[in-house]
Parts: sequence; structure tokens; C-alpha cells
Amino acid sequence: AAGMFLRLLSDLQWRAAHPKWRGMTSPRRSTSTTAEPHPVSLPAQAQVVICGGGITGTSVAYHLSKMGWKDIVLLEQGRLSAGTTRFCAGIVSTARPMSIELKMAHYSNKLYQQLEQETGVPTGYTKTGSLSLAQTQDRLISLKRIASSLNVMGIPCEIISPKQAAQLHPLINIHDLVGAMYVPEDALVTSANVTLALATAASRNGVQIHERTSVSHVTVQKGRVTGVETDRGRIQCQYFVNCAGQWAYELGHSGEEPVHIPLHACEHFYLLTHPWTEPLSSSLPTVVDPDGRIYIRNWQGGILSGGFEKNPKPLFTEGRNQLEIHNLQEDWDHFGPLLSSLLRRMPGLEALQILQLVNCPESFTPDMRCIMGESPTTRGYFVLAGMNSAGISYGGGAGKYLAEWMVNGYPSDNVWPLDLKRFGPLQSSRTFLRHRVMEVMPLMCDLKVPRWDFQTGRQLRTSPLYDRLDAQGARWMEKHGFERVKYFVPPGKDLLDLDHSKTFYKPDWFDIVGAEVKCCKEAVCVIDMSSFTKFEISSTGDQALESLQYLFSNDLDVPVGHVVHTGMLNEKGGYENDCSIARLSKRSFFMISPTDQQVHCWAWLKNRLPDDSNLTLEDVTWKYTALNLIGPRAVDVLSELSYAPMTAEHFPSLFCKEMSVGYANGIRVMSITHTGEPGFVLYIPIEYALHVYNEVMNMGQKYGIRNAGYYALRSLRIEKFFAFWGQDLDAFTTPMECGREFQVKLEKGTEFVGQEALLEQKQNGVYKRFTMFILEDHDTDMDLWPWWGEPIFRNGRYVGKTTSSAYSYTLERHVCLGFVHNFDEKTGEELVVTTDFINQGEYEIDIAGQRFQAKAKLYPFSSLFTQRRRKDEVELSGYQRE
Amino acid sequence: FYLTPPQVNSILKANEYSFKVPEFDGKNVSSVLGFDSNQLPANAPIEDRRSAATCLQTRGMLLGVFDGHAGCACAQAVSERLFYYIAVSLLPHETLLEIENAVESGRALLPILQWHKHPNDYFSKEASKLYFNSLRTYWQELIDLNSGETTDVREALINAFKRLDNDISLEAQVGDPNSFLNYLVLRVAFSGATACVAHVDGVDLHIANTGDSRAMLGVQEEDGSWSAVNLSYDHNAQNEHEVERVKMEHPKSEEKSLVKQDRLLGLLMPFRAFGDVKFKWSIELQKRVIESGPDQLNDNEYTKFIPPNYYTPPYLTAEPEVIHHKLRPQDKFLVLATDGLWETMHRQDVARIVGEYLTGVHHQQPIAVGGYKVTLGQMHGLLTERRARISSVFEDQNAATHLIRHAVGNNEFGTVDHERLSKMLSLPEELARMYRDDITIIVVQFNSHVI
Repeated sequence: AAGMFLRLLSDLQWRAAHPKWRGMTSPRRSTSTTAEPHPVSLPAQAQVVICGGGITGTSVAYHLSKMGWKDIVLLEQGRLSAGTTRFCAGIVSTARPMSIELKMAHYSNKLYQQLEQETGVPTGYTKTGSLSLAQTQDRLISLKRIASSLNVMGIPCEIISPKQAAQLHPLINIHDLVGAMYVPEDALVTSANVTLALATAASRNGVQIHERTSVSHVTVQKGRVTGVETDRGRIQCQYFVNCAGQWAYELGHSGEEPVHIPLHACEHFYLLTHPWTEPLSSSLPTVVDPDGRIYIRNWQGGILSGGFEKNPKPLFTEGRNQLEIHNLQEDWDHFGPLLSSLLRRMPGLEALQILQLVNCPESFTPDMRCIMGESPTTRGYFVLAGMNSAGISYGGGAGKYLAEWMVNGYPSDNVWPLDLKRFGPLQSSRTFLRHRVMEVMPLMCDLKVPRWDFQTGRQLRTSPLYDRLDAQGARWMEKHGFERVKYFVPPGKDLLDLDHSKTFYKPDWFDIVGAEVKCCKEAVCVIDMSSFTKFEISSTGDQALESLQYLFSNDLDVPVGHVVHTGMLNEKGGYENDCSIARLSKRSFFMISPTDQQVHCWAWLKNRLPDDSNLTLEDVTWKYTALNLIGPRAVDVLSELSYAPMTAEHFPSLFCKEMSVGYANGIRVMSITHTGEPGFVLYIPIEYALHVYNEVMNMGQKYGIRNAGYYALRSLRIEKFFAFWGQDLDAFTTPMECGREFQVKLEKGTEFVGQEALLEQKQNGVYKRFTMFILEDHDTDMDLWPWWGEPIFRNGRYVGKTTSSAYSYTLERHVCLGFVHNFDEKTGEELVVTTDFINQGEYEIDIAGQRFQAKAKLYPFSSLFTQRRRKDEVELSGYQRE
Repeated sequence: FYLTPPQVNSILKANEYSFKVPEFDGKNVSSVLGFDSNQLPANAPIEDRRSAATCLQTRGMLLGVFDGHAGCACAQAVSERLFYYIAVSLLPHETLLEIENAVESGRALLPILQWHKHPNDYFSKEASKLYFNSLRTYWQELIDLNSGETTDVREALINAFKRLDNDISLEAQVGDPNSFLNYLVLRVAFSGATACVAHVDGVDLHIANTGDSRAMLGVQEEDGSWSAVNLSYDHNAQNEHEVERVKMEHPKSEEKSLVKQDRLLGLLMPFRAFGDVKFKWSIELQKRVIESGPDQLNDNEYTKFIPPNYYTPPYLTAEPEVIHHKLRPQDKFLVLATDGLWETMHRQDVARIVGEYLTGVHHQQPIAVGGYKVTLGQMHGLLTERRARISSVFEDQNAATHLIRHAVGNNEFGTVDHERLSKMLSLPEELARMYRDDITIIVVQFNSHVI
């Protein structure tokens, strides 16, 4: 019964609104829902087949057809805008913490606004605005951070008092509120009709839409999509787009070559009421009360209200299941706490009569971000799914990005945070997904403070030293399934529990990390960095060298035993990866990249290396434990353990040598540290890990050795102005823009990917510049801490955002890294950024609405270094993203 | 003097323990979902004991309650040792050989039992070597006896009970050079304990009972109501068969003196028990052991006292009565409890209270609005009331605790009266035993998906 009402509703509207479109598909919808012959047969081939007629599928079809691709078939197993789209609440909200999500939502809003005019289909678009309420000061801070982001994007947005909120929505009880955020341009739509409008426009542009056609699997040959098998026959195609919503995971696994799309459905409930005695105005703003875990919008004179409970009910863990579909009933007991919350927020609604409780499953992903992009293993297989209950808000923008991706080879913005390739098979276990989404769904409403970690699905990939480190007080975070140490809590010291440690201010680990940093600078520390992705590339002849010279911007034709820091660039010169490559022999190379590059980098290389059986690429990540010895005494520890001289004359910086450490032979030692401090990274075959660790710790005792974690590493690398890929660097950043020209060898004698773009930048200058900021009037104890994503102002005007930040224990100041642009004052056009432009500005960083003066620097403080080195030696790259 | 509800709870929950059979891949393939257990002392210290363990070398799970008398020594020993005797009795010949060889060559022993113990359930460290040696002698005999037949659970249970009681008796006769142990084995033998043990393996449920603790099956009828099925017979004066048995085993001349005031020889309530050598040994043996025993034993009037009309010992046996039951889908749970519970509650009430506790929440009818006119406020009130009802049930996370709460706190209407509960629990130690007995309960929940 839950679905029936809405189904009738939208069918009625559909019939009234789309006489033209009806004729183009089939006349069957005017009769009953019983099966009928399909009047239009499927084409035998098409360029693109899209599976899924919800908001994402139609949005992709719409944008592809707008961009000139016409030979497109969209298949829907039921009817258009069925599934989650039909039932969703229709709220278009731009108040999103992540910049790329915010951009997608903003675009969607603008798209839907003009859609009715464009297509003639009434979409129910109403600009009502939205009110996000804060019951606590912390919540207000998080709203202020979003408001700062919205403002610099030119989206109107205001932080208002509870009283002002009450004026905007008279039903709100404001007694427990400390403030609110008002976004006047947020809107409501009838989601099913937006979908139909997009379908109508796509159809006019030539897209063929076939309902009641289900895809059984995708056929693949030689790693490329060749066609689609459906219950109505086969379609040959070059591109397949999986927009199957909560069924995307299963569809991904249905083919011979699985495409891992980690998402999982959860039941989601919302309430519909009859109209109020005096019907509520359709212009009342939507209310989001995250502390109460609910949202409330006006709906046909009554309200629609749902939320994200603390105890979600995951479903379809074992795949599509008729019984479970059948059992999707109203569960009032489950909805009870949300109803309490609703009546607390709007006590006046008590007398409002219930129409129904809708149970509408939504799909969630392991990191709360949607999934888009091309499969790392199957070319031509694209995905857009896992909208985490924000399908309407993101659908428009996400569809545009994916269409651009397919047509141009890459979207117009950095979508790495949403890229399918951030996941791999390891996030695809059903048990993992079930457990993780039960954590993710409540998180939709939970306060997101800097550096929170997921608690479920942990301890999947661990270093052999895990137990040893854990016993010594390690506190863990996870990256790509790998457990990594944040810091070590000294014996006898207690930290706050998880809930109480959430803060936007100075965290409780401040002194702990400070002590670790100090030890890195004065003695020696060990950091387990085993999570990094490690590949070996070798060949029988010169193939490995030739291929790498083409794929990497630095010169890799170096003597054996040398380590080269280099970007793996795309055609636009942007960083697809940032890595260190050691030449092990004439014909083999060892490559270290960030942890979350495991899938992306593999796919990038696989797709570009020549298909030559004499050239092998191997993922050896699991074979080595990596120990990073940082600090001035690392030399002493290592030379005592190996009986080999380790001083700079014998073991210069950026050098790699296999040697013995303790009893263990064949340890790959590299003189790099990822932080700029002196030291080494030891790549240890895993069975020796415990032995080498024990030896290092025993020998290190007299040099004051201790364990350290990634937080210390981050502080060190940021105060040294080292950019990390995934955090500071992305596919839209070139080496020229981040002061890494020295890692590009334009004249190395061979062509390489991105060379042309870099040459052009070299001649014409760059349009953004990676800059280091030292906060001047910021009180570490009292003020809000920067995180990343804070707007940067130059002479009072917005010029860019920070990408990472840390407290520098050496400078005793906060350091933020970020990009400075030069927007033309009148046109907003991007202009060349020169050194003078950077140096001649007065800077401020905006943290949750409060601006702090900052000093800009283009080069790191040389005085911070314990010993003077060549410039290109100290500009080491690092790899990880917080 | 008045206990607040949290104080009452902390008393009731002090000994509660729950065990859930671990699931594999989200599914429990065992016929047992898990069990809840709890104890409420009246004696100080408590004389009841409980045990639970999973057999590791054979399939099945063992659960038992033990009611001690004349001290807790015997109940303690039985609670530690009986399951090992049962497990060994069930082992196939090859496994026994393997274990013996391991001991012989000093290799690590295959673990036989995985215990599920509350932190307060202790094992005697001092006696473990002695107990182990006795157990080893038992399995060595089993190896020598090798009958080649597969082990029958009923026989294994009977053998284990009898063997352990025999070992308790022998250890007391032989004594131990260590004076602490010597006193311990004598205390074990001169005190007594009943035992009610369940062995669950798939749909095969065996109950071995010695004494007046009781096993009861909770059955859900088709209409959803609950009924109780006894899976043990009390061995006491109320059981005619038991009185008959005792009379059969002794000359006609003793008929009148055998059972007096519903007690064996006018002294002992249970008609079967472990230990209690005063009812098993000849007078000469008793005197000899006591005289050569430590002073503490000689000073104890109870041990020196010979029961009246004591002509043809033994009068008491530890041999259990074994009942086999094939679990059916409607069999939802098993309650094992010492007589402290059964004195205060009728088994029918026990079945109902546990049954409703275990399923109560799930069986609450879901609310559907349907075509009715319901306002948000009305719905909110309804849900709040339902939640309150659920939370009062869920005040106890443990079915055994829930049952004890009812056993101690029930008023004439069959509902828990907090005032009564508070009074009963705040009785001074010396008075408590007059109003109630030690209560020990294990509630085993069966897995209807498997049965």
C-alpha cells in the first residue's frame, strides 16, 4: 500500500502532462499494470546502454544527449522513476560539507529550476529555501563551516538566530536551538516528475527509452564492454552505464568479470500527513534538524517528514529478495523516536492526521559519498549509483559529470572523492557493506568533526606488527581497509572516549603528537607505513624503462639504486598519482604510491602499458612491511644494525639498497622519509617484519627511539610544505602549480604524458599556485582549528581554499596549505598567478566564519631543517591523504 | 529499610551470565541459541552451583545446576568435575587413546570442554591435580574396557555420575598427604549435592537428574500460549516411585524408619545425591575415616553423628534418572533450576513468564494506520506506551534474572511488586534462609530455525 498511493499520484500527473511522450514509447501505461507485449523492439546495437530509469539514469541520458551523443538506449526494469526515485522526498539541498557535492547540488538546483520551461513537464519545482537547525554550539560551528563554503561559491546563505528561524517557519519550537542556517534558494521538486522531464528531454534528443526491460548481465571482451544481455534480447554497445541504484552491486557482480560497486540498501522511513486544517503554505522552508535526526518539508498542505535513525535496518544483503521486498512495511515502532523528535520540533502538529508511513529503501556507500566513474577492470563500463539518500540533490550534477567523463575522458572537476576506483574488491564483501552502512546511515545526521574514523569494517588489512603496536598504546585509523596508527597513547595516560573526543577545537591528543614530533626532530621514531601501494615493473629488455619514461614526468633513466620522485600525469599535466620510483636494476623498478592508489594506479598503468608479455606489472603491496625511521639518529640505529656505514657519503639521500638489518637479509632500504626529516624507509619482506622491528626498537633504545603515528607525520610534512596526493594534489593540479617543476624533465629526451600541457604552462604561467599559510593571530588553545576546505581571502577577496592543515610544533603556529587563484575582479575570469601576486597580498583564512590573518609563503622555512641539503633533495614528495 | 530499584537490580544482576552460541556468517547452525543463567543466594555463602560448557571433542552442550547441602564443598566439586566425567564417557576410543598418549608424552592435551563461566564461578586450583589424576584413571579404565560400541548418551551420563560419586568417596577414604587437600576431600565427601544436567546435541536432549532440582521444557502451543513439560522427576518423599525404590532396596524391617517426616532416615530431603557418605558408608568406615581425619572433622558434630536406624547402607545413590527428549519446533526453551525456584513458583507460571519474556517483544502486533483517522499526537502516545511496556520487560537482559525477579517479588496477582522484592532482598543474612532458598536458574533457548 505504501507505494500505491504515490504511484497513482505520479501516473495521474504523468498522463496529464505528457501526451506527446506517451506516443513515443508505448500506449501501455494508460491501461493496467498487467504484462503486455512490448510494441517497440530493442535495437540490435547502440553506442551507450544505460541501465536504470531513476534520477541518475535519466540525468546521464539527458546530459549525454545534450553533449551530442545520440545513439543511446535507456533500459528500465519496471517503469521510469520507479525504485528509490519515486519515493524520495524531493528535497534539493545545497548545504553539503564537501565541495564537490556542494557543486553537484548547486548545479542540480539550477537544472531543475529551468527544466519545466525546457521540457513542458511540470516538475513541482518550488524555491522554498531550507533551514538547518543547531541544537548545540558544535552543530552551529559545522553549519558555519558550510555557510562559508556556500558564500564563496556565490550561493546565498545566512547564519541566523533561533528567533529569525521562527519567523521563517512559525511552527518551529526554538527553545532548544542555538542558531540556524538559512539557504533561501534550496528547493522542493516532485522527484518522479523531474525524472520524467529529464527523460522527455533526452527522448527528444534521440535517446530510446525502454521500460520493463531488465538487464541480466553485461558482456565483456578483452577488458571492454561489448554488449548487454536483457530479458528481451541482446544489445551490442561500446558503453554501459550502471545506474541501477540499490541493485547496482548485484548487477555489477552478474557478469563474468565482476565490477565491484560497494553499496548496500537500508530501509528509510518518512511520514506523510493529510493537509492541515488550514493547509500549510507550499512556500514554507524545508526544516532539517540534524540533532533531532529529522527533516520536515511541506507536502500538499500537510507535511512530509523522515529521518536517519540510530538503528537502521539494512536489507537485501543477500541480494534481491522477493520476501524482503514484500515485507517492506510501515514500522511505527521503528519510526517512534523520529516521531518524538518531530513533535518536539513542531509541537503544533499533534493534531495533524496521518496519511501513511512510507518505507523507501535507499542505498548507502562505505564512505557516505556517491560512486561514479569507469570500472578499473572493464573499459566502457561506467557507474553512477549509491546516492546516500541525496539522489535528487546530486542527480543533476552527478549525471553531468559522468556524461563529461564519458564524452571527454574526464569530468570538468576533480571527482576523485566520488571515483569508483577509490574502492576495490576489498570493500565489496556483503558482510562489510552490511555492517558499514549500519554505521553510515546514522552518520548522515551525526556531527562530522575533523579526523573522525569509521568504527565498523575495521582490522581488515593489518601490518604484521599490528598486535605489537596495539599493545604499546596505538590508536588506529583506517585507509583503504588498512589499519594505520594515528599516535601512541603513553602508558598511564587516558584519552577521552570517542563521543567526548569530538571537537572542532584543540584535540586531546595534542601533547601526545607533540612529543612524537619532538622525538622525530631530536632523536629517532619508527612509523609503520606498510599501507602504501607498492608495484614492481620489470621487463626482459628496455620496455619497462621506455614505458615509465612515457608515463612519468621525471627522468627515470637514472643509475641503478637511485630513487626518483615523480608525478604520474594525465594529458592536462594533472597528477593522477604522485609516487617514488626506485630503479632496482636496469630493467626493474619499484614504485611506491599512496594507499588509496591501489586500484586507480593499477588501472591507469594496465590501460597504458603496452600489451607485451615481456613486460610485467605486479602488485607487491602485501609482500612488504614498510618501517619509516625518521630523525637525526636513524643513521646510527641503522648502521649499528647492519654493520654498514649509513652516512651521507655512503648512503646519500634518494638512494635505495638491499642490505641486512639484524639477522634479516634482503631488506630494501631507501633514504626517503616522506616528511623531509633525515631518515630511511625499510621495505621488509613480511616474515622478517617482527624481527626487524624488534631489532630496531632494541638498538634504538640508547638513541631514544619511540613509536610514532601518522598525526606526527602529517604535522611534519605540512610544516615542510609537502603536498600529498589525494589531499592537496589531484588530477587538476600540475607540478608547475605546486612548485614541483624540478620533478618534471621536459627535456629528458622522450615524450611523456602531459608534456605539452606543462610546456604551455611553463610559457604562459599558472592559474593557481600551491601556497603555505602560517596563521598569525590564531590562538591554538581557544580558537577553532582549521581542517581543510577553509576559504582563503587575499586583500579581502576570495582566492581559493585550503587543502590541508596542521599545527606545527616547531613554529608553534598553525600551518595551512592551499591553492591561490587570481579571479578577475569584474568578470571572475581566472588570470595568471605570479609569484608577485602571491607575495604582495594580505591573507586571511576563514574558519567557520571567523577570519584569521595568515602569512603566505611559496617555499618552506629552510631554518626548520636540521641539516642543509640540496633543494631537490629536500623537496620530497609524500603520499598520503588524511 | 528500603532498596531503590537500581539497588534491587544490582543485587539481582550480580551473578547473571549470558552466552550466545556464536554465529557463523550470520547464521546459527546449533540447536541452541544460547542460555541465560543466574543465582540468588539465601545461604551465606551460597550452596548452589551451576556449570555450562560446550563439548569440544564430541558435539553437544552441557548445562547443569547443583544444589549443595551441609556446606558447598560437594556442590563445588561436582560443578567442576562432573562435565569432565560426562565428556570423557562420551569420547570415542581413539580420542581417549590420543589424550592418554598426549599426557604420557607430556604433549599438549586436546581441550575437552569449553566452559562458559561467570567470573564468580571458580575452580579449585589446589585440587586440580588430584581431580585430574582421578579422571585419568577413569579414562584409562575406559580404554582398557574398550567395548568397541558407540557411546550411548544415557549410559555415558549414568556412568559419569556414578563414577564421580565413587571417586569422591574413594578420595576421602584414601586421604591426601597435603593437609589442606585432605580436609577438602573429606568436606566434599561429607557434604552433599544434587545435580540436574542437560546434554543437548542437535534435536537430542538428555536430562540426567539426581535429587530434587528440576528440568522443565517450555512449549509454545499453536495458539501461542505456553505450557510446561517436566523432563525430570524429583527424587524426594513426594515421589512415590522413589519411596518405593528406597523401600525395595532395604529389608522390610526398616520400612518404617526409612522415610520419616518426608526425609530419608528422617534427615535428608533429596533421596539421591552426590557425596553424603554418612548415608553411604558403613558405620565402621565412617568412624575410621573420621578418627584418622583432621581435628576440624572431629570437632564437627554433624559429621560425627551417625543417622539413626542405620543398618544396611548404602541408603543413598548418585545414580541419575535419565530422560531423553527429541526436540520439536514448538519446544522453545529449557529451564534448569534448583528447588529454590520450584518451591515458590508453579512450573506453568515459569513457562509463561519465560515464554513471554523471550518472545514478548517480537510478538507485539505491529501498528498499522490503515484507513483509520490517527493524529500524530495519538500515534506518539501509542508508541510511547508500547516502548514503556517493552522497556519494563527489558529491564532484565537475562531470562534467568527475570524469572528470579518474579520468584522473589511476585505478589498475589502474579506481578512483580517492587516493595516485596525490596523487602525480600534486604533480609539480613541470618533471616534470608527462612524466607527463601538459594535459587539457581539456567534458561536455554532453542533455535527453531534448526529444529
